[in-house]
Amino acid sequence: MPFKSTVGDYQTVATLETFGFLPPMTQDEIYDQIAYIIAQGWSPLVEHVHPSRSMATYWSFWKLPFFGEKDLGVIVNELESCHRAYPDHHVRLVGYDAYTQSQGACFVVFEGR
Amino acid sequence: MSKKYDAGVKEYRDTYWTPDYIPLDTDLLACFKCTGQEGVPKEEVAAAVAAESSTGTWSTVWSELLTDLDFYKGRCYRIEDVPGDKESFYAFIAYPLDLFEEGSVTNVLTSLVGNVFGFKALRHLRLEDIRFPMAFIKTCPGPPNGICVERDRMNKYGRPLLGCTIKPKLGLSGKNYGRVVYECLRGGLDFTKDDENINSQPFQRWQNRFEFVAEAVQLAQEETGEKKGHYLNCTAATPEEMYERAEFAKELGQPIIMHDYITGGFTANTGLSKWCRKNGMLLHIHRAMHAVIDRHPKHGIHFRVLAKCLRLSGGDQLHTGTVVGKLEGDRQTTLGFIDQLRESFIPEDRTRGNFFDQDWGSMPGVFAVASGGIHVWHMPALVAIFGDDSVLQFGGGTHGHPWGSAAGAAANRVALEACVKARNAGREIEKEGRDILMEAAKHSPELAIALETWKEIKFEFDTVDKLDVG
Repeated sequence: MPFKSTVGDYQTVATLETFGFLPPMTQDEIYDQIAYIIAQGWSPLVEHVHPSRSMATYWSFWKLPFFGEKDLGVIVNELESCHRAYPDHHVRLVGYDAYTQSQGACFVVFEGR
Repeated sequence: MSKKYDAGVKEYRDTYWTPDYIPLDTDLLACFKCTGQEGVPKEEVAAAVAAESSTGTWSTVWSELLTDLDFYKGRCYRIEDVPGDKESFYAFIAYPLDLFEEGSVTNVLTSLVGNVFGFKALRHLRLEDIRFPMAFIKTCPGPPNGICVERDRMNKYGRPLLGCTIKPKLGLSGKNYGRVVYECLRGGLDFTKDDENINSQPFQRWQNRFEFVAEAVQLAQEETGEKKGHYLNCTAATPEEMYERAEFAKELGQPIIMHDYITGGFTANTGLSKWCRKNGMLLHIHRAMHAVIDRHPKHGIHFRVLAKCLRLSGGDQLHTGTVVGKLEGDRQTTLGFIDQLRESFIPEDRTRGNFFDQDWGSMPGVFAVASGGIHVWHMPALVAIFGDDSVLQFGGGTHGHPWGSAAGAAANRVALEACVKARNAGREIEKEGRDILMEAAKHSPELAIALETWKEIKFEFDTVDKLDVG
């Protein structure tokens, strides 16, 4: 009888920080996260970068942070416009918190190829 | 008007019990839980505590008259009953700012918890809380970096950080130890940690460990594309050796080092913290020996005081217990002192054990570290209790995975992210924890196996030290 091991092999994966270990989000799930960012009083911000530079501190802004924007649809449109303009780039959504000068949320929405 | 020298023994309360005193904004305020010997009046016990922790001696001495002792003395200004406890009471004492050296937590503790704790008129004494005045806080260095800087350096946003202590805690060679670090980090953890017992023992000298760990961190970072770190324990027998280790960690390009602030001592800690600020290094703080001091409900120092002292002395992460794991800690009390680590103003709130308003001004915050006997099933509760500005550390809960540390790390990372995502989407993660984890496990065999492995483990013992409620 051939030997059958119950131990699996864990393969290292390259990930993009927060939510990198979850399957890609559905449209509705992305809406939920944007709603959370807005409800916290944070400013939504879209950034993008070529995958070869994904570990850089600074990714390029898409336009400017959307200060004070409360409309989910606007943010979804901006994410999609950024993705269309830079189809080979990673595109991430940030919830910028001016009070802590930090990012309350930050995750990649579109992965570049 | 000058006073006359009147040799002899006076009652403490004549000088140190001043119920009409209104504390100044610059006073350092302390709340002690006192249990006196039978028959000694409360006012006398409380005044004795004020005296013995400030200017008093058992006998009047002539040299008191060379100074204005009323300016320097500590005063008990209030006594309160302890709810549900007939034999003890709270004494509130105000100390003038000039009793303490600027920037020295060591000096504050030497006075407040010095000889007075061995005083015969007391059966027990516990320092419950200190209100540090802003005038003192501004003289302290505080965390070398703080939460905001640490997030920026490590590129971790919108979630708690994830770590684990390397096990077995003693006995691994440097190369084997580095292997375990590598496995954890490639599996998705942000940090690994030296066990506090690891310093520089015969089985693994510190240079050797530092070199292998640095390689493991570097490799994991390259392969995962994420920032990684390992708390290199610099706690040593002498300050000189401690700094030598810190310098070497920096030379190896490591982001973070570690210190045990109670066994190492506040002076060593403050020095190392200043070094970290100057050298751009993050500082993780362990708290070995704390339970000796803080666990007895009537004697010692409450951990909220030790936590406040650490924020003043300096550290970027501090262990706080887990509430749900294998170590002591009740939920409301823990929430009370993690506020003291992270917030800039915390109002008096007895339901959380905070006896005073505490204003931290511009002092940076400290990450709360939850570590000790926790596993994936605890994840929803941990995220709910500790929030994002925390480091959740699973030791056995990582290495104990049937497939090994890398798979254990991945299981924890999936569970953590699933909980954060669900919380952001408005779900009640403690109530729906089971569903959230089971859903996430559909996409992660590592998590599915972890959930199966630890399904029966609980640590449901009552806490020894509880909040005082009637």
